[in-house]
Amino acid sequence: MTVPVLSVRDLKVEFVTRRATLRAIDGVSFDIAKGEVLGVVGESGAGKSVTGLAVIGLIDPPGRISGGEIHLSGMRIDHLPPEEIRRVRGKRIGMIFQDPLTSLNPLYRIGDQIVETIRTHTNLSESAARKRAIDLLAEVGIPAPEKRVDGYPHEFSGGMRQRVVIALAICAEPELIIADEPTTALDVSVQAQIIALIKRLGRDHGTAVMLVTHDMGIIAETCDRVAVMYSGRIAEIGPVQDVVRNPLHPYAKGLMGAIPTLAGEDKRLVQIPGSMPRLSAIPPGCPFNPRCAFVFDRCRVERPEPIRHGAQAVACHLYDRAAKESAA
Amino acid sequence: MLAFTLRRAVQAIGVMIAVGIIAFSMFRFAGDPVNQIVSIDTPAAEREAVRKSLGLDDPVLIQFARYFANAAQFKFGVSYQFRQPVSTLLAERLPATLELAICATIFAMVFGILMGVYAALRRDTLLAKLCQAVSLIGISLPTFLIGILLIYLFAVTLGWLPSFGRGEVVRIGWWTTGLLTVSGLKALIMPSITLGLFQMTLIMRLVRAEMLEVLRTDYIRFARARGLTTRAIHFGHALKNTLVPVITVAGLQFGSVIAFSIITESVFQWPGMGLMFVQAVQNVDIPIMAAYLLMVSLIFVTINLVVDILYTIVDPRLRATISRPA
Repeated sequence: MTVPVLSVRDLKVEFVTRRATLRAIDGVSFDIAKGEVLGVVGESGAGKSVTGLAVIGLIDPPGRISGGEIHLSGMRIDHLPPEEIRRVRGKRIGMIFQDPLTSLNPLYRIGDQIVETIRTHTNLSESAARKRAIDLLAEVGIPAPEKRVDGYPHEFSGGMRQRVVIALAICAEPELIIADEPTTALDVSVQAQIIALIKRLGRDHGTAVMLVTHDMGIIAETCDRVAVMYSGRIAEIGPVQDVVRNPLHPYAKGLMGAIPTLAGEDKRLVQIPGSMPRLSAIPPGCPFNPRCAFVFDRCRVERPEPIRHGAQAVACHLYDRAAKESAA
Repeated sequence: MLAFTLRRAVQAIGVMIAVGIIAFSMFRFAGDPVNQIVSIDTPAAEREAVRKSLGLDDPVLIQFARYFANAAQFKFGVSYQFRQPVSTLLAERLPATLELAICATIFAMVFGILMGVYAALRRDTLLAKLCQAVSLIGISLPTFLIGILLIYLFAVTLGWLPSFGRGEVVRIGWWTTGLLTVSGLKALIMPSITLGLFQMTLIMRLVRAEMLEVLRTDYIRFARARGLTTRAIHFGHALKNTLVPVITVAGLQFGSVIAFSIITESVFQWPGMGLMFVQAVQNVDIPIMAAYLLMVSLIFVTINLVVDILYTIVDPRLRATISRPA
C-alpha cells in the first residue's frame, strides 16, 4: 500500500478563550491519496475550514492543535517549528481561499506576487521565475498572460483573480492543494470553470486535493471521496457515489435529502430540524442526537466511533447495533 | 495622470487666492497702516504724502490686485518695524524654519514608523507597552513644556546641548545651514525632538493601528499560506499597505509642523519664521504677518499636492480611478 499524500489521525483543535476551552475539531481522521480529490462538506461552523488551516499550520492563537497527528507523504508536519512549516506551506501544500477579491495584495502586480512565491521556494532566477509565472497564468487559463502578468489585482475580474490565486497555490508544484470554498464568492457560470480547472490541475500533476465546500453539486461532480462533517467530527466518509446515493448517517441523509432535483419537483425537500450546536454547548454522546429522528438512549451517553460499512465509514450507533445484530 | 495633477494645481491656486484675500484684508481691519508708520505728531499733509506714496488712497480692488501681483512674485512690502523688504527678512529666516521642520519630520517618521511597527508585531512585549505609554505622554504634554524640560535636563543640568539659537551656520548662496557644523547640529537636536514628538507619537499610534488591521486581512493570510518568510510578509506586504494612510497624515503634519514651529522657536529662541511672526504680532507688523500667512498656506497647499501625487505612486488602484475621471 502506498503512503497517502495526506494522513490526518485523530486531529483535535482547541480555541482557548477566557471563559472556556472550545474544541472546534474533535478527533478527525482521514487520508487523501495521490491524485485523489476529497470533498469536505458540512454546515458553517462544522470545522471544515479549521481542518484545512490546521493541515497547513495556520491556526492562530488562541487556537491550537491539541492532539492528533498530521502526516504529509509520511512526514509528520503538525509539530514542526514555525520556520520549517513555513517551507512546507506554498511549496508542498498550496492553499486557495474563499474570496479571490481579497486574497491578493492590492499594491503589487500579480506577476511580482507569483515571482516572489516562486523565488521563496526555488532557486530560479528573476527572469526564469517570471517566465514560469507567465506559463502558470497560461496554464490556469488567463488570456494574454505575457501582458496580464504586469496587471494589478483590481484589473482582474473575480473569476480571473481566483485563477491567479490558483496559479499562486500551484506555483511550486505542491503535493496537496487545500481549496477552502474556492467558488463560494463567484458567479455560478464561473464556478464550473474554476472547479474544472482545479480538477484538471489535480489530474495533470497528480496532486491530491482537499476541497472544502458546502455545495453538494460541486462535491458530486468533482470529488472521488467525500467527508461529511458535523460539530467538529466526521459523521460519514466514503466514495462520493455511495455517500450521495446511499447516505448512512442520519445527518448525511438529511443533507442529501435537502438537495433539490430536477426530476422530483413534486416532492417536498427534507429539512433537518434545529441547528448545529454551538461549540460551547455540544451535547454529550453523539453531537447530532438532539436533531436526530432515530435517536435512542445510547446516543445521548456514548460518543459513536467510525464504523466501517462497505466502502463507507460512519460514526453512528445505528450501524453498530446493525453490525452486532447481524453478527449475533 | 497629467490631467489630475493639473486639476489639483488649479484647485491649489484657488485656495491661494482665498488666503490672499484674507491676508490682504488684515491690512484693512487692523487699523490704518499709516498710523503704524508715522509718529503721533506727524502733520496731516505728511500723512497724506505717505498714504499716497504707499498707494493706500487707491480703490480697494486695485490695492488688492497690486498686493496679489506683488505677492505672486514674493514681494510682500516693507516691514513696519525693520524698514526692510519682508521678502528679504523671510528669506533670511526661512532656512532655519525649514531645516528645523524637516529634521523634526524625519525624526517623527523614522521613530514613529519603527516604534509603530514594533508595537504592532510584538504586541505583548514590555517594550511595546512602553512605546504605547511614551506615546501617550507625547500626545498629552504640551510642546512648550517638553521643550523646557529638555532644556532643563540637557542644557542646564547636563550641559550637553545649547539651550538656544542655531549655533554656527554656513552660508550657501542665500541659504544658511546649521547642518554642516558641529554646534549647528547640536543646536538642532532638542528643537527637532520638541517639535517632532507629537507627530512621532501620532504616526506611531497610526502605524500600529493600521498594521494590526492589515495583518488581519485575507491577503496577509494568503501570503502566509504561500509560505513567504515572516520578514517578507511584515515588511513587504503589510508595511506597504500600512503606509498609504501614514503618507497622508505625515504630509499634512509637515504643514502643521511648520505652522506650529512658532512655539518651539520661541522656547529655543530659534531664529526662524515662527519667532519672527511672534515678534511681528507684538509690534503689529502686518506685512510680516500677512506674508507669513501666505507662506504657510503655500507650503500647506504644496504638500497636499505632493501627497495626492504620492498616493497614486503607492496605490495602483488610485491610478486607475484617476485616469478614468468620473
